[in-house]
Formats: sequence, structure tokens, C-alpha cells
Amino acid sequence: MELFDALTLARLQFAFTVSFHIVFPAFTIGLASYLAVLEGLWLATGRAVFLAVFNYWKKIFALTFGMGVVSGITMSYQFGTNWSVFADKTGPVVGPLMGYEVLTAFFLEAGFLGVMLFGMQRVGRGLHFFATLMVAAGTLISAFWILSANSWMQTPAGHAVNAVGQFTAADWWAVIFNPSFPYRLVHMVLAAYLTTAFAVGAVGAFHLLRDGGNEGARIMFSMAMWMAALVAPVQVLAGDMHGLNTLAHQPAKIAAMEGHFETRSGQPLVLLGWPDMAAATTRYAIEVPRLGSLILTHDWNGEVRGLKSWQRQDWPNAPLLFFSFRLMVGMGMLMLLTGAWSLWSRWRQRLYDGRWLLRLGVLMGPSGFVAVLAGWITTEAGRQPYTVYGLLRTAQSVSPIDAQAVAGSLVAFIVVYFTVFGAGLLYIVRLMAHTPRVDEPDIDAGLPLRAAGITPALELAAQDGASGRGD
Amino acid sequence: MPDLAFTWAGLIAFAVLAYVLFDGFDLGIGILFPFLDTDEARDLAMNSVAPVWDGNETWLVLGGGGLMAAFPVAYAIVLTALYAPLTAMLLALIFRGVAFEFRWRAARKRPWDWAFAGGSMVATFAQGVALGALVAGIAVSDRAYVGGWWDWLTPFSLLTGVALLAGYALLGATWLVMKTHPALQHQAYRFAFVTGLGTFALVGVVSLWTPLMNPQYMARWFAWPAILYTAPVPLLVAGCAGVLFEGLARRREATPFMAALALFVLCYIGLGISFYPYIVPTSVTIWSAAAPESSLRFLLVGAGILMPLILAYTAWSYWVFRGKTDPASGYH
Repeated sequence: MELFDALTLARLQFAFTVSFHIVFPAFTIGLASYLAVLEGLWLATGRAVFLAVFNYWKKIFALTFGMGVVSGITMSYQFGTNWSVFADKTGPVVGPLMGYEVLTAFFLEAGFLGVMLFGMQRVGRGLHFFATLMVAAGTLISAFWILSANSWMQTPAGHAVNAVGQFTAADWWAVIFNPSFPYRLVHMVLAAYLTTAFAVGAVGAFHLLRDGGNEGARIMFSMAMWMAALVAPVQVLAGDMHGLNTLAHQPAKIAAMEGHFETRSGQPLVLLGWPDMAAATTRYAIEVPRLGSLILTHDWNGEVRGLKSWQRQDWPNAPLLFFSFRLMVGMGMLMLLTGAWSLWSRWRQRLYDGRWLLRLGVLMGPSGFVAVLAGWITTEAGRQPYTVYGLLRTAQSVSPIDAQAVAGSLVAFIVVYFTVFGAGLLYIVRLMAHTPRVDEPDIDAGLPLRAAGITPALELAAQDGASGRGD
Repeated sequence: MPDLAFTWAGLIAFAVLAYVLFDGFDLGIGILFPFLDTDEARDLAMNSVAPVWDGNETWLVLGGGGLMAAFPVAYAIVLTALYAPLTAMLLALIFRGVAFEFRWRAARKRPWDWAFAGGSMVATFAQGVALGALVAGIAVSDRAYVGGWWDWLTPFSLLTGVALLAGYALLGATWLVMKTHPALQHQAYRFAFVTGLGTFALVGVVSLWTPLMNPQYMARWFAWPAILYTAPVPLLVAGCAGVLFEGLARRREATPFMAALALFVLCYIGLGISFYPYIVPTSVTIWSAAAPESSLRFLLVGAGILMPLILAYTAWSYWVFRGKTDPASGYH
């Protein structure tokens, strides 16, 4: 069966495993910050409902974080197993960036996660809040380094090449703050916040549809809609700037995203169509004349390059980019709309009982995940046919491996990921279906009971436990 | 100027050792899991490591990531050569990692009990096999692995796989002795005794077999006067055995765990004696695999500042969860 060669299989494996993986950090980056805000509000106001909502989402965070860790370890080893030539050549540049991610972020998250999940009764409120802040900081620092590494592969800078063909860092500052990094970082962190906001908002809306008076659900929905209303417009702006940065550094990617094959001044904006790479034209195109040039060059008559100005061997997959980009933008527009609608409802003091808005809120629950995946497919598939843009071809990055070895491991990954993460998704949805309570228990359910002052029998049992500890 | 490549080899060796010691005992608990006789015992055993397992596994990421940064060609060669055992390890670690959370969320615990146990066993065995394959040597030509896809599978690598199972189980058993109350502790003492016997026997066989694998190992261990420096290692291992079994007999709580950790450190030093100066035995040396100086220096600055901090807050989180694991706390 020579249906797929080792290169194609290795690419499929990377695409599959990284797509599963990105879903978890996209959620945990946002959720960690959300938890820190909730705990901070609880400490500042003393309102028990903030602690209840904190405990509600902490359980979901624990599940998601666990899945993010185990799916992430796979990624850090896959560079060596399937992409050994890439690892050898780029290790001196990409390796230290990932090394810093481990040292500054992974240990920070892992070191304080135990205390955040299980330590409320052991360390007191102040230290516990500090642990939550450290976990949140860890997720953001992690995003910083991994996006720097990814951006360097997209827009390499600050490097040289040594005698054995390895990339080396000539200027670390230029490597880390490579041209696309600031845009990608802002775009991704905002995406993580929006993803979380819409997931939290959907859970709030779902429970409000059943009980409009549920205080926890009100807090979830209200906070989520503030985030949607304020951050979605900022994200559109950030996305636009990221796109202009891509036009400057990876114009072929933009051409594929836009379905432009011809180089023209006054490019149309193709709304929909079918980019046909064989025929080098976008079929059935529905276009707005000149708008493409206006958006990309801020000039009605600006010249925008089409794919035909590059050799075919350097083209990315145009239909894939064209549709994944539209899917992401579509989700962004729906988020913008939801946010605006929530402002209107809030102003009319109908945020919690406008049933159509609540229904839309439920439907928008997965929108962030869809947008994140579509956006990453656009930018990563758009980097092809290179791993390091313009410098190292994907075909020259792969390990000297047999197709059978990659096929075998790919099948194993697919089976395991669908089983394990399918089960995880089920448990998360189940936790989300459970109605938020004002006295939402901690993960560590044995202890809060005791702290709340309880029956003598339990008190006695607790003392027994304590005296047993001494010997 | 200090030798950067050597410093980095030391740092990565430290990260891998930290991984083996830390994740060793929580993988060991997974290996012992099916042998614990009640649900309560399994809950307690799992809760004793739930707050720290994630940090423990981070050392594995540091080992891998550090290797890619500091010795990229070694990372490329070793991971390709050990493709199958490492893939098995990664998949197994997924099962056992998610079991910590899923077990408490599922309608039935049992499937995730098996995921935890099976995942821990397969991950440990795969690590042991990978170690054995590394000791046996890896075929390299022109900066790339040139061996076959089944080269890692030998009687020796199967033996090291079994030995690591016994060793991690010993770490897990002695951890439980230290962290649990009499009901479970009683059983843990028994486990520690059995796995201790198994571990020392297997370490003995592996140690005698290793020098026969390669004349270089033989010369390193037995040539005169090198033997003056290498002889204390097996003697100290014998001392460890004495401390472990005496500690178990006298029902000491922390001593057996410390003795088991010391055993692992000694075996690790033994490996270092065999491998040096190779990072891919016996074809690529530390210096020929080292990344350019700019990379080594850049990451070393961070490691120098951050490693002490990491060790400090890791120690703090262990301190927070010190003492016997409380049956009433942790997951329910």
C-alpha cells in the first residue's frame, strides 16, 4: 500500500496531534485567567458566589489541563521521532525557545497547580490566590515562548547557518521578536480569551434558560458577554494587523487565503468560490470589486500579488486556506454580533431573560474552538511547502523513516486520542450540565464540610485522623 | 571558561535523573495498583501523588526539550532510533495521566483504574527498553540513524524493561510506606520487600551483562587503575540493599524510600561511567553533538537562574502536601 508516503503520513500525524492539543491550551489559557479573576473578586468582595463559580470551573480546568499536559508531551517528542532532520537543523534556534518555555512556564504551572487544585485548606487564602495567579501566569508565559518559536518558523530572523547546515542564532532578540511574533501572540491570546468566554457564556446561558434566577449562571453569562462585547472588536483589529503583517512577509499565504491567482491592481475581495489550483483560477467566485486591494493595501488601486507569480512548487494548498480562513472570519463575525447584541440587551436590562440571546449563547459555545482550529490550519498550512519559511522545505525536514512505522503510530494516535479525549469531552460536558450551586463544593470535597462547622461525629473522625498523623 | 557542552550534558543528565526519581515513584504506584486490595487503598495511593505527578512529568519535557536545544543531532538520532518504544511510552503516559482526573468523573472507576495501571506499566517498560537499546548502542552514519526499525528489541532491552518495572514498583512501594496509614502501609511493606528483592537481583544481572555488550564498557569498569574508581559503585549498591532491607524489617517509614532513591542514583552514576564521553553510545560524543555556543550560552543563563527557583517551589509544593495522605482529602 503505497497510498501515502512517509512524508504525507508524518504531516498527517503532526496535524492530527497538534489539532487535538491546541484545543486544550486555548481553553486553559483563558480559563486560568478567568479563575484568577474569580478568586480575586471573591477575596475582594467576600461574595460566596464568586467562590462557587470558581470551584465550578476549577473542576473543568483540572480535566482540561490534564489533557493538555499529556497531549503536549507527545508534541515535544514528535520533533525527534518524525522530524529528526528539522530537529537537527533548527534545534539550536527553536530548542532554546522551547527550553525557556519549560523552565519559565511548565514548571511554574505544574508546581502551583497541585496547591491550586487541592491546597485551599492547607495554605490559606492569600497563598492559594498566589498559586492561582502563578498558574495563570504560567499559561501566558508558555504562549509567549511557543508562539515565538512558531513565529520564527513563519518569519525567520536573527539567524545564521553553520558548517553542518544548522540554523544558529546570531541575535537572540531578533530571533525571539521576529517580525510576525507580536501579532501572532496578541491574536492567539485574545483568541484563547474569547474561546473561554464563549464556552463559559454557553454554560451560563444553558442554565439561565432553565432557571433565570441562578446566580452563578448569571455571573458566568454576564462576564462572558462583557468579554465578547469588548474583546471581539479588538480581535478583529488584531486579526487585520496580523493579516497585513502576513502580506508583508508571506504574500503567497495571503494570495491563497484570498483566492487570488492573478497579480492585479484593484484586486476584488472574493467572498466565496472554489480555488482550483490545477486551473489556477477561482471558480464560481462571488466578488466585491477592488475591496481586496482596499483591505490589504488600504488603497482602491493597490497591487496585490496572485499565486501565479510564484512557482507552482512553492504554492500552499489554496482551497484549504481559502475555506479555513473564511470559517475563522465567519466565527469572528458571529462573536462580534453576539457581543453587540448582549450590549443592547444589557442596556435594556434584559440580559438574563432574552431567550433568543441565551439560545444564541448556547450555540456559540464551541465557536472559539472552531475559530482557533480554522485559524491555525490557515497559518500552518499556509507556511507550506516549508517548515522554516523560504529556507527549509517540509520534504527535507522529515526523519529517515519507513511509511509503515509512521502509519502504525498514526493509527495508534488516532485510536487513543478519540477514545481518551472523547471520554474527557464527555466528562467535561457532564460537569457543564451540572447546575451551578451557591455552595459549589471544592474538588477536595472532604475538607470544606469540616471547615464549615459540622456534626460532632465528623469532628471526632477528623480529630482521629489528626492524632493518627503523629505516630 | 567552563566547558559549555559538558555543563549541558550534566544538566540534562540531572533533568533525566530528576524525572526517573520523581515520576518513578508515581509510575510505581500505577504498577502496584492492581495489587492493592480495596477501592479505598487505590483512592489513597492515587491521592498521595495527585498534587505532584504533573510537576514530576515536567522533568521528562525538560529532558527532551533540553536535549533538542543543547544536543540537537543526538535528539534527532536517539528519538528516531527508539521510535517504537518512545511512541508506546507517550501513548501510555496519556492513559495514566488522564486517569488521575477521569477516574473521579466516570460512572465506573474500574476502566480508568486499568488505564492508570496499564499506562504506568507500559510507560515504565518502554522506558526500560529504550534504556537497554541505548546501552546496546545505536547505528549512526552522517548525522542520522541508520539502523532498522526493530533494532531496539533485544533480550538485553527486554531485561532492562523488566528491571525498570521492578525498580519503579520499589520506589512506589516505599513511597506508600512513607505516605500512608497502617492499613495500607502494612501491604506496602510487603510490596517493598518483594520488589526490593526483584530490583536488586535484576540490577545485578544487568550490571554483569552491560560490560559484555561493548569492549569500551568493559575497559571502563575493569581496567587497572579505573577499577579503583568504579569499584565503590557496586559496593555502595550492596550497602543500599542493606539499608533498605533493614529499614523494612524495622518498620522504618522514610528510610526505605531514601534507600530506593539512593539505589537509583547509584545505578544512574553507573550508566554515566559506561556512557561517558558519548551522548549516543557509542558513536556520538557530547562535544560532537553540542549545539553552537550561542545556543548553549543563551539557555544556560536561564537555567542557572531558574533551576534553583524551580527546585525551591517544587520543594514548597511537596512541603504543602507533607505528612501522611489524609483519607478525607484529595479527590472524592
